Amino acid sequence: MDLWKGLTRTRYSIWIFVLIFALALPYYSPSYMVLSATSIYMYITLAVSWTIFCAPTGYVSLATATFFGIGIYVLALLGKVFPLPVVIFFGGVASLLIGVLVGLICLRLSGFYFAVFTFGLSELIRNSVLWWEHNVTGTVGRWIPSGNAGRVYYSMLIVVSIAVIASYLIGRSKYGLALKGIGESEEAAEHIGINVTFHRIGLFAVSCFFMGMAGAAMATKFSYIDPNSAFNPLISFTPVLMSLFGGVGKEYGPIVGAFILTFVSEVLLSRFPYFYTLIYGIIFIVVILFMPKGLVGVLTRRQ
Amino acid sequence: MRLILDVIISGIIQGAIYGLIAAGLNLQYGVARILNVGHGEFVMIGAFWTYCMHSLLGLDPLLALAMFSPITLLIGYFLYKSLFQYVRKSSETMEMFEGNSMLVSFGLLYVIQNIALLWWGTSTLAYSYFSSPLHFWGVTFEANRVLALFIGVAVMVAFYLFLRNTRLGKAIRAAAESPTSAELSGIDIHKVLGLCFGLGAMLACIAGGLISMMNEITASMGFPYLIIALIVVVLGGLGNILGSFLGGLLLGLVTTAVMYWEPELSLIASYLIFTLVLLIRPQGLFGR
Repeated sequence: MDLWKGLTRTRYSIWIFVLIFALALPYYSPSYMVLSATSIYMYITLAVSWTIFCAPTGYVSLATATFFGIGIYVLALLGKVFPLPVVIFFGGVASLLIGVLVGLICLRLSGFYFAVFTFGLSELIRNSVLWWEHNVTGTVGRWIPSGNAGRVYYSMLIVVSIAVIASYLIGRSKYGLALKGIGESEEAAEHIGINVTFHRIGLFAVSCFFMGMAGAAMATKFSYIDPNSAFNPLISFTPVLMSLFGGVGKEYGPIVGAFILTFVSEVLLSRFPYFYTLIYGIIFIVVILFMPKGLVGVLTRRQ
Repeated sequence: MRLILDVIISGIIQGAIYGLIAAGLNLQYGVARILNVGHGEFVMIGAFWTYCMHSLLGLDPLLALAMFSPITLLIGYFLYKSLFQYVRKSSETMEMFEGNSMLVSFGLLYVIQNIALLWWGTSTLAYSYFSSPLHFWGVTFEANRVLALFIGVAVMVAFYLFLRNTRLGKAIRAAAESPTSAELSGIDIHKVLGLCFGLGAMLACIAGGLISMMNEITASMGFPYLIIALIVVVLGGLGNILGSFLGGLLLGLVTTAVMYWEPELSLIASYLIFTLVLLIRPQGLFGR
């Protein structure tokens, strides 16, 4: 018991140390590092919110780009009307509402079909917005009221903190346990009185909420957006890769995965621009071959 | 009337290519459970091999393709044996295997993409082969497209007969139904799945070679074909190889028809069909 208490205390102090470090970062480091840190936070948010839904339920969602893009578009449309925190919140709410709608339509699909459906849906939305801008509004892309790097950094930091805390709380709540039950055996969960559909859609919507907030918070960094950059399909794949790379067995797996992969890719991109994807790909293959449960799997095996 | 004929024939040509690629992906995912994200890269490799053999050595593209397809079969087989079989053994559940094998294929995609970009850069390449126009019923087509259609259909038919009539084909169909019972009835499952992966790569490569005879090729041409293959696999039904061929023809016809009417809607149409089929008939149009 004492040991457990001690462990949690060290864990808390590690998190508080990390938070102080992150809060002070813009004051002592060059601006490129602030930019890298901002994109690291963005990917952590996306990976964590992807895992909130996908790890306990076993569904693979490839629609992250859609909800991220919705956040971006909310900021583009409302950025001048409301103050930034409100717009970021609205970005999350808009994604949440669409998430509920998508969840109602497609959560009865299973496994592979859910994955490809979410992918097809996000591509459908991207191409439809593109077509809409071409033919109805007559302009493709738009300028965004851009914020300075520090402001983007802090808003992203707040979003990532909320997402990480929420994922911890959900994982430990009755709600999260119910979801784990659904993931392990849907039928058994139904028999002990868990409302499977309600829980699934609710969780899907929550994960969409954070993706939308991340999109709205990042949008001020881009200054110019069009449907292809806002709904970029790579944004759907990267969080999946990062989460699996880090390992979805523990809450900190996606955080570790997103941190390392974003960091590695930024370094590779600046040092070896021509061999960047080659090295990235080899890292991937080697990690999966030798650590099938992700990085976290290796750590927990040692314990 | 002439327009309709034009649309139908172009659609079938496009559809035959889609069908080949999708049947390849269906062998890899529907049977071997490997969602090979790098599948499109084999299309690209086939296209560039044919291009290089033709423009550097003056070899006939079809001969080059016939030479290269057994090699891709072997490459695919050894990729399975060296990477995916290992992943399969180290994964505890089938879901974990699917996730991890997809990650490995992402790695392959990155590696192949990077090598291709280093080698050929971002330039667009093309060569001319049988490009004299053919006229029939008032419609004009380049001879190479008609040739590609015939070869595509011939490969499909040959492949279908192979699956239906040979012992190996039977083993593949058994593995598609249930890998465990296939193994129980004495089939060397890893050999069969490796063969499926290799055959999938081979079909993609043949399609790539045919594409290079008709269209311009680039190092990044592969990924869009992967997406199309995914759509077609769903249209035709998972594990249903014949369904993939038919689904490919259907999608080719639809996208070509929409392309003539309003080019920008062509992609939207294919995604719309895709999502609707998933919602209404997730087992595929031709499934049971």
